[in-house]
Amino acid sequence: MDFSSLNPVAMIVLLIGAATPILLAAIGELVVEKSGVLNLGVEGMMIIGAVTGFIAATTFDSPMMGLLGGAVGGALVSMTFGFLTQYLLSNQVATGLALTLFGLGLAALMGSAYNGIRPPRMPRLEVEGLSDLPIVGKLLFSHDPVIYLSLALVLAVWWFLNRSRAGLVLRACGENHEAAHSLGYNVQLIRFGAIMFGGACAGLGGAYVSLVRVPQWTEGMTAGVGWIALAIVVFASWKPWRVILGAYMFGGITILQLSLQALGISISGAYLSMTPYIVTIVVLVIMSADRKRASLNAPACLGRSFHASH
Amino acid sequence: MFRLEQRPQPSKTMLYLTPVIAVLATMIVGAALFALLGIDPGSAIYLLFIDPFVDSYNLSQLFVKASPLILIAMGLSLGFRAGVWNIGAEGQFIVGAIAGGAVGLALWGTEGWWILPLMAIAAALGGGLWAMIPAVLKIKFNANEILVSLMLVYVAENFLAQMVQGVLRAPDGMGFPESRNLGRNDATSLPDVFPALGIDAGGVVMLVLLALAFFLLQKHALGFQIKLTGESSRAARFSGVKPGIIIAVCLGISGAAAGLAGLFELTGAAGKLTIDFPVGYGFTAIIVAFLGRLNPVGILLAGVVLAGTYIGGENAQFQLQLPAAAVTVFQGMMLFFLLGFEILINYRIKRLRRAV
Repeated sequence: MDFSSLNPVAMIVLLIGAATPILLAAIGELVVEKSGVLNLGVEGMMIIGAVTGFIAATTFDSPMMGLLGGAVGGALVSMTFGFLTQYLLSNQVATGLALTLFGLGLAALMGSAYNGIRPPRMPRLEVEGLSDLPIVGKLLFSHDPVIYLSLALVLAVWWFLNRSRAGLVLRACGENHEAAHSLGYNVQLIRFGAIMFGGACAGLGGAYVSLVRVPQWTEGMTAGVGWIALAIVVFASWKPWRVILGAYMFGGITILQLSLQALGISISGAYLSMTPYIVTIVVLVIMSADRKRASLNAPACLGRSFHASH
Repeated sequence: MFRLEQRPQPSKTMLYLTPVIAVLATMIVGAALFALLGIDPGSAIYLLFIDPFVDSYNLSQLFVKASPLILIAMGLSLGFRAGVWNIGAEGQFIVGAIAGGAVGLALWGTEGWWILPLMAIAAALGGGLWAMIPAVLKIKFNANEILVSLMLVYVAENFLAQMVQGVLRAPDGMGFPESRNLGRNDATSLPDVFPALGIDAGGVVMLVLLALAFFLLQKHALGFQIKLTGESSRAARFSGVKPGIIIAVCLGISGAAAGLAGLFELTGAAGKLTIDFPVGYGFTAIIVAFLGRLNPVGILLAGVVLAGTYIGGENAQFQLQLPAAAVTVFQGMMLFFLLGFEILINYRIKRLRRAV
């Protein structure tokens, strides 16, 4: 077997591309969960973002409009979840599942006219001189703008949660919603905002899949990435920078198994395709096994509805 | 403005009325959606919600589609009652079909009444064991059963793809990735029991299991413990209920039921294993379980309603060029409405008077 075709620099570039949708969806979900809401509809919001982003990009012939369209689509569909869970106090697990089922159907319905079309190309941010550097140029200075945006977003979320007053209030809603309410904060509105942010991030991630990763529209194209993003939040122990670690690790596994399939290794392709999902399970087990640490990190009010009785 | 006021007692009327309201609301909003898509709303709603229940051919198909949904939903409802969220029924459905199908294919050419029951046992074991993976990981390592069971759906789909290209591929199938047709082989095809009603042996087994589930929940101590765990896990623990056992029982039963449903689908409606064998019953069954209020009788009715939307959807595809995905949108919408209207069970909507 010829392993020389596995160019490490090219693989890392591919890895970052594969990791970015997971990273975007996971950092959004992290903020949602920090506010005390468990939204299991990430997969549904992503697929909606994938289709609305695709429609926007081809309609306006602009990849940037596509990204915007994906974020708006994800945020809009997340509002159904926000309204039901925050104002009609519905069960978050069931409503999140409903959002995923509904999103998969709606996306297929909206996208049926867009099968087989190629979207406009996403430009790369090339920096004069720097992008031509050997290795470093390819690794750091030749990506598309979304990759830089996703990393900046993680930094911004870290700053917001740990260094800003608003972030402190959001975390208070997640740790003890009664206390946050009695201090005069509107828990439901704050959570609604967090849910919309999560929807926009997931939608952006979905648009990245349909505009850059694949790039075309096919039904069910997110293939469980949204669910993996949910697992990444647990893996990251609700810490933003660890989301990068988790997402890039998964990007690495995805690219590795794809490269092995391309090499025609003797393991069958179907078995290799299972690996990202199996690794997700293994990671979940490792991170959850230490019950004390897991319960220390998880927001105390995660998944609990709040209704102010007066 | 309006505000919500907690009822002193949950309303029994609303408990039973909300699924009906949810279906009606879906019909109304759905009609608007059809109008947007340029399809005549009246005939579309008729095809989706009424025609499946009045046309005699459709009626015979209704139970064929409803059986797997009801069987899976029955299993899931036990877990949902206890707060054990198995959402990987689709994977258990696939593994059950592979396990049962493998037994049938291994015994190819043999005749005997015992073959089908043996396949059913293998399918229930296969689905049940597949569901025990999230159960064990939850009990031993506290891993979230929602994510683990869902990840296993993707693993099962890939496993199915491997099997139909590999050991289970039909030897005389000219290399197509599909198994031999178990549905056209006397020893392995599901016999019809009441052909006019579309009830085959799988449907009969489903009805028996549904009755057992009803008994379990109403009369048996285990059913009480399941309900207690869901209402208050602390109270359950104080009264000596072992949470691990509840998790294992709920996931085990729901996995076995989904596995059986997979086998009935394989030996009945589908006939053979292909990559396209799973059609999402495992996910739709989640909607059936909730729409049926996690109650065996309700699940029976909800399964028939959802099966109707499948059949109506297929007819509407031919007659009105309705996109296939519209049915999924409808089903998702129904669950949204149900979850939203559920607030009427515990809360009253009060009009706020303005201060004078």
